[in-house]
Amino acid sequence: MGEEVKLIGARGSPFNCRVEIALKLKGVEYEFIEEDLANKSPLLLKYNPVHKKIPVLLHNGKPIAESLVILEYVDQTWEGASILPQHPYERAMARFWAKFIDDKCMSALWNACWSKGKEQEKAIEEANELLKLLENELKDKKFFGGDNIGLVDIVADFIAYWVGAIQEVTGAEVLTKEKFPKLFEWAREFINCSIVKEKLPPRDHLTGFFRIKLEAPDTLKYNPQVR
Amino acid sequence: MGGSEVILLDFWASMFGMRVRIALAEKGIEYEFKEEDLVNNRSPFLSKMNPVHKKIPVLIHNGKPVCESLIAVQYIDEVWKGKAPLLPSDPYQRAQARFWGDFIDKKVYDHGAKIWKTKGAEQEESKKGLIECLKLLEGELGDKPYFGGESFGYLDIALVPFYSWLYTYETFGKFSVEAECPTLIGWVKRCMDKESVSKSLADPLKVHDLVLLLKKKHGLE
Repeated sequence: MGEEVKLIGARGSPFNCRVEIALKLKGVEYEFIEEDLANKSPLLLKYNPVHKKIPVLLHNGKPIAESLVILEYVDQTWEGASILPQHPYERAMARFWAKFIDDKCMSALWNACWSKGKEQEKAIEEANELLKLLENELKDKKFFGGDNIGLVDIVADFIAYWVGAIQEVTGAEVLTKEKFPKLFEWAREFINCSIVKEKLPPRDHLTGFFRIKLEAPDTLKYNPQVR
Repeated sequence: MGGSEVILLDFWASMFGMRVRIALAEKGIEYEFKEEDLVNNRSPFLSKMNPVHKKIPVLIHNGKPVCESLIAVQYIDEVWKGKAPLLPSDPYQRAQARFWGDFIDKKVYDHGAKIWKTKGAEQEESKKGLIECLKLLEGELGDKPYFGGESFGYLDIALVPFYSWLYTYETFGKFSVEAECPTLIGWVKRCMDKESVSKSLADPLKVHDLVLLLKKKHGLE
């Protein structure tokens, strides 16, 4: 088909992982270009001049940035398992929860995991409110997408996997089986999906990375170089 | 779409609400406009329709709520497919429209709000920030009549409501956007020629009066 797909990303990033899961779901072959976020390449600056962040998908040389935008693009462009639901109302709901996770949950969970003392108490309270909403939204479904993973599951990858790794390093108790049994079970199912498992960064890489962060507290502010 | 009930829970001055009004007008959809009094009290109805954020606009279609303005605009486009397509049909163009819509949501509104809420250095920074964003958007527009190309669409809808607030930003910030972004202002005027836009946008002078009221109420004078 003469099609060229490249992904500029960083393997430790949950935003990057979202796109890799989506491409895998659609059976798309692509070249992965690892970006050194401490030293951004001319390639990244050329293809995402507005935000200068990864992931950036390059399809036949044309760039698409912002992971949520990329996920919708991948869903529309390639055949295979659907990422978004078919029905307009369900699509609107999926988009709503995906945006909720991105706009609210990411930073709140990050802060809850990394802060200390009184600040952490408050941060955990805030995270609890948000996780409760997700727990309720999940209801009795296996995945947010129903029987199979969909947009919301993919966007929630940070919650399913990264949060656990950070908790292991910091000892924070943000997402636990006792507090959120449904979400906890969903996380387990999600990371055990063969497609997801293949694309998640190795757990010890993540914990290693987070242990380093623990030693450098001024790098802990939520300032993702990734979207 | 026969037998369809559409309600828009909104606030007259909201840029986000205006987006949904424009989309509904473009599609010729009849709906009930329910005004939410955001200055004084959020109604129990709003809390019921948008329990997560308790924000307007909320599009309620046959009793089912759709929250977040750009999500509502996409929903309207997908349900009422027959007339006035809002998103481009080409997936790449569609992705670009979504990217810039997301950019507007993340940057333009925040900078704008800070211009009337703050003073001094913070206000200066917000002015610079707003102009930078508008210049980027102007670059994206290029010499096209609309962001959508020949036809008015999603990205035009996402941005044009800021025009209602422009007079407020310029007055409090003491600067002129037209001087910095003349092409963008040209685009605004072209959009205002469309009835769907001119009937949906709030009167800039009324918005200014509202902000005076809000500043007084929150001690921001």
